[in-house]
Amino acid sequence: MTQPEEQDPGPGRTTDESTGVADGGAEGVADAVSCASLSYAFGDTKAVDGLDLAVREGEVFGLLGPNGAGKTTAIRCVTTLLPVPAGKVRVFGHDAAKERMAVRRLLGYVPQQLSADQGLTGRENVALFARVFDVPRRERAARVAQALAADRLAGTYSGGMIRRLELAQALVSAPRLLILDEPTIGLDPIARTGVWEHINAVRAVTGMTVLVTTHYMDEADQYCDRVGLMHRGRIRALGTPAELRRGLAEHQGTDTLPTLEDVFRAIAGSGLDDTSGGGFRDVRSTRRTAHRVG
Amino acid sequence: MSAAPAAPRTESADHTDLLLTPPVPRAGWRLLPARVGAMCAVELQKLRHDRTELYTRAVQPALWLLIFGQTFTRIRAIPTGGVPYIDFMAPGIIAQSAMFIAIFYGIQIIWERDAGILNKLLVTPTPRSALITGKAFAAGVKSLIQAVVVIVIAAILGVALTWNPLRLLGVAAAVVLASAFFSCLSMTIAGIVISRDRLMGIGQAITMPLFFGSNALYPVSVMPGWLQAVSKVNPLSYQVDALRGLLLGTPSHLGADFAVLAVAAALGIAAASSLLGRLAR
Ligand SMILES: Nc1ncnc2c1ncn2[C@@H]1O[C@H](COP(=O)(O)OP(=O)(O)OP(=O)(O)O)[C@@H](O)[C@H]1O
Ligand SMILES: [Mg+2]
Repeated sequence: MTQPEEQDPGPGRTTDESTGVADGGAEGVADAVSCASLSYAFGDTKAVDGLDLAVREGEVFGLLGPNGAGKTTAIRCVTTLLPVPAGKVRVFGHDAAKERMAVRRLLGYVPQQLSADQGLTGRENVALFARVFDVPRRERAARVAQALAADRLAGTYSGGMIRRLELAQALVSAPRLLILDEPTIGLDPIARTGVWEHINAVRAVTGMTVLVTTHYMDEADQYCDRVGLMHRGRIRALGTPAELRRGLAEHQGTDTLPTLEDVFRAIAGSGLDDTSGGGFRDVRSTRRTAHRVG
Repeated sequence: MSAAPAAPRTESADHTDLLLTPPVPRAGWRLLPARVGAMCAVELQKLRHDRTELYTRAVQPALWLLIFGQTFTRIRAIPTGGVPYIDFMAPGIIAQSAMFIAIFYGIQIIWERDAGILNKLLVTPTPRSALITGKAFAAGVKSLIQAVVVIVIAAILGVALTWNPLRLLGVAAAVVLASAFFSCLSMTIAGIVISRDRLMGIGQAITMPLFFGSNALYPVSVMPGWLQAVSKVNPLSYQVDALRGLLLGTPSHLGADFAVLAVAAALGIAAASSLLGRLAR
């Protein structure tokens, strides 16, 4: 379904095109996400370096890769948080650089960092997102209730509960594309399963597309339809988890099927490399948030 | 997961029929008021959960009025045009205490950035200028509550204020506009320094000059020339002038005051919006 767009009158910004009609192909044909030679640099650090990526509609796509591979940066370009300095990013055919409002209306986003407003209750946190996605007042309470079960000050939530709350925030607008950046980081095994089961339950009903990053190879193996292994800003291997594992087995000439973790090690290398420094900041800040709010 | 979307199974937490359809986007001009409403609602919810700030912030203006006001009323050192000094300064203290809230509002946006909340808001269909306008008016709401508290304190201390509802509406408008400006000033600085500590330092450094460089405590006529120049470009002076005219009925320049405040708020919103991208990086 195509959404009308609003104009973004931010000073010095390109204004969104005024029609919702995607220029990139007809409905259902366009990929959920497509990146073509996307590059993004922080100063001298090339975080994303000529990334080509296509996420098909309806699938769960896992973006894997070592710390500092550029997963978060790529995702932030897709979500319109970062500009697209080089290359092209499309979300259901909408240009992420030009039609930002149209792209945002299609997105649910759960960032790497645990981030619920502690000064509000769970319900108020979700209601805010219902409001900014233009859920009409009469529908708001019911929608929020459907997205969320528990309700008390978010400052008292555990890490797992915050993630569930964030999922509710992201799902209250019925997004066609859910983007999750390490949704299970720092969660216990039960909470991790809980998050995935919730995502899959919603997906079963809505058929939404999911783009997810994770460092847990077992999760990627179990829950992702396809994975892309990113390293130094680019996709280095792409396919279903089974395909990648079989590919490595053929390459090594072994009979026992390697795990996805073996594939990861083969592509990303086992030792620390020069791009691995930056991820630490993110991991640390997530821990800090988990500590503060949990 | 509910299989039949129509079945009203209120017991089930998994019931998700509403979550199947995306909400219909608000069109054009209705977007901005909706976002402003959302931001103001959040501000009020936060205040309801934690009222301590409300109480602690009442202490300073109470002291100003009680000690400074009552003492200087006796000394009669400052020409106030016939009104008791405490009456003269009350609008100044209202404006000052509202400004203190707004000038530190940027700290909240940096906190929201560090906590990842800002990023999530920026991925919603909310243009940056609408987000900043919403935040500016949310700061205005916070300041307005503070202004009500100070007005009540002033009334208890015997300041002869107006109770004319139209004039009070004007007071509210002046407080909200000025707070929108000062909070945008704060958010602009936040977009430049991107650090809570530095913003705190800059906030501390500019509040007193803004306060003393205005007509809050003394009329412009007794200021030295250079301070008069400062007061002339200080939006706080225009706010105080409007509040004084509305609350006390003293001669003022309401038209010019509101024009200056509105233009300042608009410029502030434009400046803060253009720097918001730096906080998203
Ligand atoms: N805000 C920033 N400023 C400067 N450099 C950054 C910033 N964010 C990321 N980087 C750098 O960009 C590179 C890619 O970082 P990114 O966060 O995208 O990696 P990632 O794949 O998400 O890693 P992780 O698995 O640790 O989350 C890293 O080298 C990092 O240091
Ligand atoms: Mg990351």
